[in-house]
Amino acid sequence: MAEAPESRSTARSTVPWTRKDLLGIEELSADEIRLILDTAESFREVAERPIKKVPTLRGKTVVNLFFESSTRTRSSFEIAEKRLSADGLNFSASTSSLSKGESLVDTALNLQAMAPDLIVIRHAYPGAPHLLARRLKAGVINAGDGAHEHPTQALLDAFTIRQHKQQIQGLKVSIVGDIEHSRVVRSNIHLLGKLGAEVTVAAPRTLMPVEMESMGVKVVHSLDEAIEGADVIMMLRIQLERQGKMRFPSTREYFNLFGLTTERMARAKDDAIVMHPGPMNRGVEIASEVADGPTSVILEQVANGVAVRMAVLYLLSGVRSEDGRDA
Amino acid sequence: MSDERPLVIRGGRVVDPSQDLDANVDLLLEDGVVARLGEKGESIDAPDGAEEVDASGLVVCPGLIDIHVHLREPGQEHKETIRTGTMGAAAGGFTAVVCMANTDPVNDDAAVTELILSQARRAGFARVYPLGTVSKGMKGEAMAEMGEMVASGAVGFTDDGVVVAHPELMRRALLYTQHYGVPVAQHAEDLRLTGDGVMHEGEWSTKLGLKGIPRSAEDVIIARDLILLAETGGRYHVQHLSTVGGVELVRAAKERGLPVTCEVTPHHLFLTDKAIADSDFSTDCKMKPPLRAESDRQALLAGLVDGTIDCIASDHAPHHPDEKDVEFSVAPYGILGLETTVPLCLDRLVHGGVLPLSRVIALLSTEPARVMGLPGGSLAEGSPADVTLLDLDAEVTVDRAKMRSKSRNTPFHGWQLKGRAAGTIVGGRRITLP
Repeated sequence: MAEAPESRSTARSTVPWTRKDLLGIEELSADEIRLILDTAESFREVAERPIKKVPTLRGKTVVNLFFESSTRTRSSFEIAEKRLSADGLNFSASTSSLSKGESLVDTALNLQAMAPDLIVIRHAYPGAPHLLARRLKAGVINAGDGAHEHPTQALLDAFTIRQHKQQIQGLKVSIVGDIEHSRVVRSNIHLLGKLGAEVTVAAPRTLMPVEMESMGVKVVHSLDEAIEGADVIMMLRIQLERQGKMRFPSTREYFNLFGLTTERMARAKDDAIVMHPGPMNRGVEIASEVADGPTSVILEQVANGVAVRMAVLYLLSGVRSEDGRDA
Repeated sequence: MSDERPLVIRGGRVVDPSQDLDANVDLLLEDGVVARLGEKGESIDAPDGAEEVDASGLVVCPGLIDIHVHLREPGQEHKETIRTGTMGAAAGGFTAVVCMANTDPVNDDAAVTELILSQARRAGFARVYPLGTVSKGMKGEAMAEMGEMVASGAVGFTDDGVVVAHPELMRRALLYTQHYGVPVAQHAEDLRLTGDGVMHEGEWSTKLGLKGIPRSAEDVIIARDLILLAETGGRYHVQHLSTVGGVELVRAAKERGLPVTCEVTPHHLFLTDKAIADSDFSTDCKMKPPLRAESDRQALLAGLVDGTIDCIASDHAPHHPDEKDVEFSVAPYGILGLETTVPLCLDRLVHGGVLPLSRVIALLSTEPARVMGLPGGSLAEGSPADVTLLDLDAEVTVDRAKMRSKSRNTPFHGWQLKGRAAGTIVGGRRITLP
């Protein structure tokens, strides 16, 4: 795992963090992205300590408001909160707040009354975190809103790429799979574009949203074409639970068309890395030999997720306490 | 409405597209009709006891008619009532509205039709012409009792809110309505193509991650209905046209002489799907059909200019603020229109140089009257004494808090526009709002 602090420090950001919320990557500047990544760098070593805890967010309250099931992202936020000594509260709710008779805004206002500093929200509907952010004094972190954005995932992906490739500028990154239903792809396209990578997206035509080129990416419909010369290959989960019957005939056919195998990896650059935001469907979008192979950085992504989320929690809580003591 | 005092409107610029008139003349309204249109330079003698209206600096035109309005009564009075809806109509310059049938209960029989009309008479702010449902219970299966409803005052039929999906039902409705000479109005949307879409499928649905509604959802129904219409005859009206393809289909059908008409809404003329991104997922930008792309908007404007599109209608669709204050994906479809249509059309179409004033007035009065077979839309002697006064140069800032509607769901809040309605006269009676 190559470390190249010199290249990072040359790009080190000096902008202050001024946002109340982290709703998406789209609205961030390259400098703000670098600030988060650089901050995450300093939190990474906390995981290597015998006592994995710093007092940074002592006395801060963070609510994890998950309207959609999530193991990985929620655990990652929870661990990040605990390592920062914040008080975390988990609040799970059914996908539709309406089914319980309480609106999202009311749910949030009730939480607000308990004066949390930050609210981490995962919701099946695009724009739900934006609705909250407009109403709440607490900072809002988008932990995934439908197929719109998943900013901390893109940040941890960038953090992982930077670890391996030193810089993102000029890299050829290919993102393959269910582009239409993926919030990960949208956040990654914004982030990688802002940091100067060249992004290609690949999917069967039935999983590619219309006018995808308008996001500033190259669109292909062949896995081989996507892999050719790539520095980074990011495989997306086929969201089997979200597929109607008309997207593709079977997972077997999908694997034949778009499944990543060792053979197909031959077209990529020799030092290419393979990423996956998880959870994986082995044998559907990715063969086990690749997922567990030497080019895979999938578990590093998970590890880095904690550091990146610590950085985000830290930066956002700093804004909240401006009128009080130092964060 | 006919036992009113006579009313003389003096000093205004009378623009009546039905008789190609644009002149400074006086107008006498008496016994509920236009009794006299003065000559140029002539001052009409006011009959004894007549009320005088000074219209100097104003345009005097046939009462405006909005043929696509959801008044929500009966059943959804928390959104709007016939009283508040018609107050909004009057405030917005409309002397008549055509109300949709998707109330609760739906307007699928004469009793509901009569209830609507009696509430409208009680309110007295504008004329109300109900459309009945095409199908019983608006379920898309059996035909509703159309003849009974016509006898009670329905002026046509629609299942608006949802499509008449079944081709055989649409075919038989087009045949059966010919007995009454009334139109069938279609909300053209193949729900199987809409799927769980909530906005136009295009660049912005892709960027926002919201499920898209393809243009084809609208176009395939219009195409199918036009094929049926060629077989059946009758009068077919496409509601709220929104796509390039829809405009082309209607244009081609008209060239073939088919009895088809269509309407367009101000929001489809003046907004695109980008508004959803610009407003950070505002549910006031959510309606059906969805705001489309710029290419569609341009096609709609072209269709309006070349006459393919017959008229402008607002699709006034009030929803309570609580219902709209939710995630975009689950918010109800629809926005207000009665109080923004006139300022938008005067500002963007007239002052914007897209169409001459007389044509815009036609699109809001003479043409909708023709499309729905309604009285009005003219100031010729003997016509109903329905008049709208327009102030072309008034500066307006759209303010949702000041609207007469019970609801607040408009994407035009804060827009600065030039031109507004300055008053309405219905059946020879000046409408004053409480």
